[in-house]
Amino acid sequence: MKRFTGFVIKEFNHILRDFRTLLILFAMPAIQILVFGFVVTNELKDIRIAVLDQSGDRYTRDITNKIMSSGYFIFDGYLESTRQIEQKFREGNVKQVIIFEPGFGHKLIREKSADIQLLADASDANTANLVVSYTSAIIQDYMMDLRKKTGGNLQILPEIRMMYNENMAGAYMFVPGVMALILMIVSALMTSISITREKEMGTMETLLVSPLNPLQIVLGKVTPYVALSFINAVTIVALGYFVFGLPVHGSLGLLLLECLLFISVALSLGIFISTMVDTQQMAMFLSMMILMLPTILLSGFIFPVENMPDILQWLSCLVPAKYFIIIVKSIMLKGTGIAFVWKETLVLVFMMLFFIGSSIRRFKIRLE
Amino acid sequence: MDPLSVNIRNISKTYRDAEALQDVSFRIKRGELFGLIGPDGAGKTSLFRILATLLLPDKGTATVEDYDVVRDYKEIRKITGYMAGRFSLYQDLTVEENLKFYATVFGTTMEENYDLIKDIYSHIEPYKKRRAGKLSGGMKQKLALSCAMIHKPRILIMDEPTTGVDAVSRKEFWEMLIRLKGHDITILVSTPYMDEAELCDQVALVQSGRILSVDTPQNIIGAYRRRLMDLSASDLYRLKEDMEAYEHTHSVYLFGQKLHLTLKKDVAEEALTEYLEERGHRDLNMKSISPNIEDCFMELMVKA
Repeated sequence: MKRFTGFVIKEFNHILRDFRTLLILFAMPAIQILVFGFVVTNELKDIRIAVLDQSGDRYTRDITNKIMSSGYFIFDGYLESTRQIEQKFREGNVKQVIIFEPGFGHKLIREKSADIQLLADASDANTANLVVSYTSAIIQDYMMDLRKKTGGNLQILPEIRMMYNENMAGAYMFVPGVMALILMIVSALMTSISITREKEMGTMETLLVSPLNPLQIVLGKVTPYVALSFINAVTIVALGYFVFGLPVHGSLGLLLLECLLFISVALSLGIFISTMVDTQQMAMFLSMMILMLPTILLSGFIFPVENMPDILQWLSCLVPAKYFIIIVKSIMLKGTGIAFVWKETLVLVFMMLFFIGSSIRRFKIRLE
Repeated sequence: MDPLSVNIRNISKTYRDAEALQDVSFRIKRGELFGLIGPDGAGKTSLFRILATLLLPDKGTATVEDYDVVRDYKEIRKITGYMAGRFSLYQDLTVEENLKFYATVFGTTMEENYDLIKDIYSHIEPYKKRRAGKLSGGMKQKLALSCAMIHKPRILIMDEPTTGVDAVSRKEFWEMLIRLKGHDITILVSTPYMDEAELCDQVALVQSGRILSVDTPQNIIGAYRRRLMDLSASDLYRLKEDMEAYEHTHSVYLFGQKLHLTLKKDVAEEALTEYLEERGHRDLNMKSISPNIEDCFMELMVKA
């Protein structure tokens, strides 16, 4: 045990003394999550909007003008009938259609309440979300002004419909995805590099000619990264919550436990890689190839798995991040418990055991 | 108690493209300072790695302190101090941290065996807060030796510990090794420097994976039978070429600023002088000398 502690202390010293390692460990996660967050959900600009005005009165024109002069949107034109809506969306330029009900102004004055329907093209879920909430805010603003002027308690009710993607798959997708990516990189890349560095520097030779057994060496290497990656996971969840208002509907404890599990999978993958290569460069290359790209492309992070060709769907089953993203989404967004994600959890547990097992079997107790 | 510390029997090792060791056998007595001498690529590192349980031999067996290097590798790793060719130090850790780390890895503490390394460590102790990467070659070597010694090994295996180290540090290092002998530690050291061989109790001369000779330096020198001449002239390189072309030359090689020469049969010095003066060599100087270990090595190489 004393040997093990000594080893872990040494590893921490390595990490804390290398500026680049620290940068990758702590600056990169924060930067990535912010960049992804803002790139994906940044302010709107020049979004084309079409209007189907079935009333054509003073109020509908006022509202249309107010929305269009907000600076976020470009007026694409008036539509003649509901049949044109589908066609407009299919052309792909228009992201939102605003529909005023017939006799809008009349109802607003007489019944103190009128409906606006906001139709958004939700194939790009993040944009759709923003477009709709911006538009609603502007309408809300108009309503307040109107109440002050007329003194009445009138209401404009925006009714929102997302087209093509009713349940908004894709919104907030980036947070679980980025989390998977960062934990994968930090854990797998850093461990594989730190083990191969010992090989390159020749210190592995001396470690081998010592009473340390493979398990002690590997665990000693990995323990600091478990701790540091876990701090990262917590940071990401916190950033998601405080910067992007991403809720954690489910149990935070369960979420962190699942993070810990995923970190362990990534670390065992990193160890596995390091048993296959001898140089830091190869370790980095392999980590990028077999970890980063699949994590980005096949995990459902950016492209939905359901839309992939069969062969890629099968391949995606081998990507640990896929299961992790499903788990995180379920817990954070849907608020489900372990009862709904136990299958994915089990897959991750098996992956971890498999990689640890084969790493220890493959770990060379000699130089060849 | 069996006085044998290392027993190597018919070890062979082949890498994909080259034979590194061919049928190597020798024994080392306990407490001996044993030198493995040979040029780069002779197989020194391979042999040491086999003894340190880092490589498996293709053929043959070897024991270290009666433990088999293949079967009992775990036991050997407990009693061996190994100093790899590139000093295995963590460049980003300080001198003290390196030493402490190796102490804990071997389940001991710096304090426990401080006596053993005091002599060596005291040289670098003033720099104990300095990172190992910032040490000079000589200090790195002393730190590496301290790290290899910290667990009081019964056998110390050092692969070219003096390569790339300045002459003063080399000398100091050997003085330390000789003092270590008093602690009942078998010391194996490999080196390409012939002058260091004479400081060992026993040396093995190795060339292209074969052992040419194993004996005390005195006996190796004593076994030298030829008449050795030391030869110099104004143009040393042309002199060497001409001597290589000379029909009676047995061997000729550069030795510092001179040539060492042996002849196939006893040719009169006058005949040799005449041969060289014919070829326009000036400032000719020749005399008989007694051989040193390098001459013996050269002779053994020519024979092999």
